[in-house]
Amino acid sequence: MTDFLVARGITKNFGGVQALRDVTVTLTRGAIHGLVGENGAGKSTLGKIIAGFFPPDGGAIVIDGQEVRFRSTRDALLQGRITIVGQERAVIPQLSVLENVFLGREEGAAGMLRSGSLSARYTELITRTGFSLPADARVGGLRVSEQLQVEILRALVRDARLIIMDEVTAALTADEASRLFDVVRSLKEEGRAVLYITHFLEEVIALSDVITVLRDGSLVRTGPASAETPRSLVASMVGRTIELSFPQKHVPPTEAPILLSVRGLHQKNVNDVSFDVRAGEIVGLAGLIGSGRSEVASAVFGVDRRLAGTVTVEGREVEIRRPRDAINAGIALLPESRKEQGLLMRQSITQNVSLVHLREFAAATFVRPKQERAAVERIIATVDVRAPGVNTTVEDLSGGNQQKVLFAKWLFRPPRVLIADEPTRGVDVGAKHAIYELIARLAEEGMGVLLISSELEEVLGLAHRILVMRLGRIVAEFDGETATDDLVMRAAFAADQYDARHDGDAPVGAASIS
Amino acid sequence: MNTVDVTSASKWWQVLGLRRARLSLAREYAIVITFVALFATLSLTSAPFLSKTNLLNVLDQSCAFGIIAAGETVVFISGGFDLSVGAVFGLAGVVAAMLEPHLGPAAALAVGLLTGLGAGITNGFLVTIGRINSFMATIGSGFVLGGFALVLTKGYLITVTSPSYAILGRNRLFSVSYGTWSWLVFSVLLTVLLKATVFGRYVFAAGGNELAARLSGLRVNLIRTAAFGISGLAAAFGGIILSSRVQTGQADSGTGIELTIIAAVVIGGTSIFGGEGAIWRTVLGVLLLTLIGNGFNLLNVNPIYQQIIQGLIILFAVGLDAWSRMTS
Repeated sequence: MTDFLVARGITKNFGGVQALRDVTVTLTRGAIHGLVGENGAGKSTLGKIIAGFFPPDGGAIVIDGQEVRFRSTRDALLQGRITIVGQERAVIPQLSVLENVFLGREEGAAGMLRSGSLSARYTELITRTGFSLPADARVGGLRVSEQLQVEILRALVRDARLIIMDEVTAALTADEASRLFDVVRSLKEEGRAVLYITHFLEEVIALSDVITVLRDGSLVRTGPASAETPRSLVASMVGRTIELSFPQKHVPPTEAPILLSVRGLHQKNVNDVSFDVRAGEIVGLAGLIGSGRSEVASAVFGVDRRLAGTVTVEGREVEIRRPRDAINAGIALLPESRKEQGLLMRQSITQNVSLVHLREFAAATFVRPKQERAAVERIIATVDVRAPGVNTTVEDLSGGNQQKVLFAKWLFRPPRVLIADEPTRGVDVGAKHAIYELIARLAEEGMGVLLISSELEEVLGLAHRILVMRLGRIVAEFDGETATDDLVMRAAFAADQYDARHDGDAPVGAASIS
Repeated sequence: MNTVDVTSASKWWQVLGLRRARLSLAREYAIVITFVALFATLSLTSAPFLSKTNLLNVLDQSCAFGIIAAGETVVFISGGFDLSVGAVFGLAGVVAAMLEPHLGPAAALAVGLLTGLGAGITNGFLVTIGRINSFMATIGSGFVLGGFALVLTKGYLITVTSPSYAILGRNRLFSVSYGTWSWLVFSVLLTVLLKATVFGRYVFAAGGNELAARLSGLRVNLIRTAAFGISGLAAAFGGIILSSRVQTGQADSGTGIELTIIAAVVIGGTSIFGGEGAIWRTVLGVLLLTLIGNGFNLLNVNPIYQQIIQGLIILFAVGLDAWSRMTS
């Protein structure tokens, strides 16, 4: 085995957030290199830099001893013969399997396609990989796992020396995944290098030769896969380097009334979810990306019609068919993406904050500007938005201030239950702290809070009780006082189950460890 | 450690020293500047331009388009497109002209107006409940409604003989035509509706970010349907003014006007992306297009160049909107 590619001292910033700092990874011909880490540890960023999506801010990519600079993914493919199979499918749904596989590699004369020679080459590819995809099938009609195969075939056609696979098995069944692993192994036997990024720890241990662990954008270690267990990987993934201070926890008394009670919730990606939130309680909802946390929020709030389940607010069962029903019942949702779901980016702070409760400022349908302005100014002051004035366009505010505007919009008439989905995404440390204080204060005033977050220390630092989701179910519950990042991550990754059982896809039961 | 070339590609407008903020300022006031400049040029170069007769004539020529474009503006702000206004314009005139012998002028014109409202609400349902892209939905419904008008008239002109039918289109109050007054009143009403009422705010919110509006508890489908209803009503209003003026109902009288209407709205500075815009902008946009025609006449410029000038102005207006949205 010889070194093929070295990513040396890679550093990358995204608007003040350091995604990678001084990471060095060495990829070898004929070897599968696993890459693991928590949500946001920098795995995908590293994969994308090597594949030419964007340049690193510092460091270099060296192939066979020669430094290269990719300006695009096309560049990476042509210069370095590197290709990436990412989390989203990069196929053209309207075209056939054959057309997709040979995309950009069509053979022909004078711009005219010669389909005969392509068919022959396709048959040869199929024989080699053992895939059974009809060449003329429309790719849009295929299952996700089959579309993945199309992308892998395309990588072979392009004769990639390095294939980066980013979280490709998330959408596959156990059976489909095991067939994919066979293909990955055959790529290795052909002498290609594979960088395999995943959340599934048992999978990465079984498949890889070498595993690299990232944490907070930094390299923790690279070592032989045979020396790792799911537990050892989780242990090195958790444990943050940045210390954030959290407000004092005020755990509500056990007799505090239940404000929100959800029973038997079913929706896409949500499987039989039940939980309670008491007055003054902050319930944290943890889990990996894609585990169904945000879907729980949108099902409770009536964003998508839920398939089954009941929602009870303050002891009264409420029928929630659209967000307005949830708002009237006393529920507020701080959505996960403020730009896409939360704010009118090109409108003023006033127009954003007063939107939910606009009728309360209106007499006979006419908005009363003075009253509106006074109320908005008052509420803006309580959440401490820093802006020249309430007529400032939201687009011109910093991320932290935008997030505070989002809070303000719900606090004009405080809800009984606040569902906060990623409340500090993309804001700086100072604003983060202010938002933590705000959430703690709201709970202390008697609000029930459901806190959804990918940042584990945020959940640990704020929540009085922590629910962990995995594959659409709540799989564990922890007391906020005794929970540790290690316990929560092990539940989220199902590391304990992996250690205990041997078959691939037994249902994950509710393992209460509190 | 080597130096990695992080090319933050300079965009052309940055090279020219333009920033996003300045671009949006330019977009904000481009219509005012252009309108004032054209108005001043015509005042200086043509003696008859500033005459009362000519100016009132310009207003009267613009009024039907002005009313339709004001309704279209509401749809634009709500995040939609209404390409059926030409068909509704013709259909409303046909309905009013055909009913006049039976109902009398006032009731016939009112039914014409309601026809437009119904057509608009149907468009709204197609776009919201039917989930058809508003561009295609209103092209389709425009064909259907235009065809319906043709079936009603069998392709003939419907002539109305009663002189009182022509009052709306021909009479004047303080030497200003009823049509111009209607335009003024309609524009003021829509401005108040958009700027001062809860509904108006909801229209801006629905167009600015549909998902955020929905998550804020707004009934986005109802709001957008109402916007289409207003546009249908406005198109019919324009249609009955014209029908009254020429005392006929003609199925294809509005064919093609939707493009001029949309051009006027866009030139005014209302965004094709929704969530931004104002009625006064569209008033200036309509007047600008009329003034260009008027100016070509008064200055004896060959009118064959008129289209080219209008096209360039449209491209410039849409370009400003798009460029002001790019993040630097």
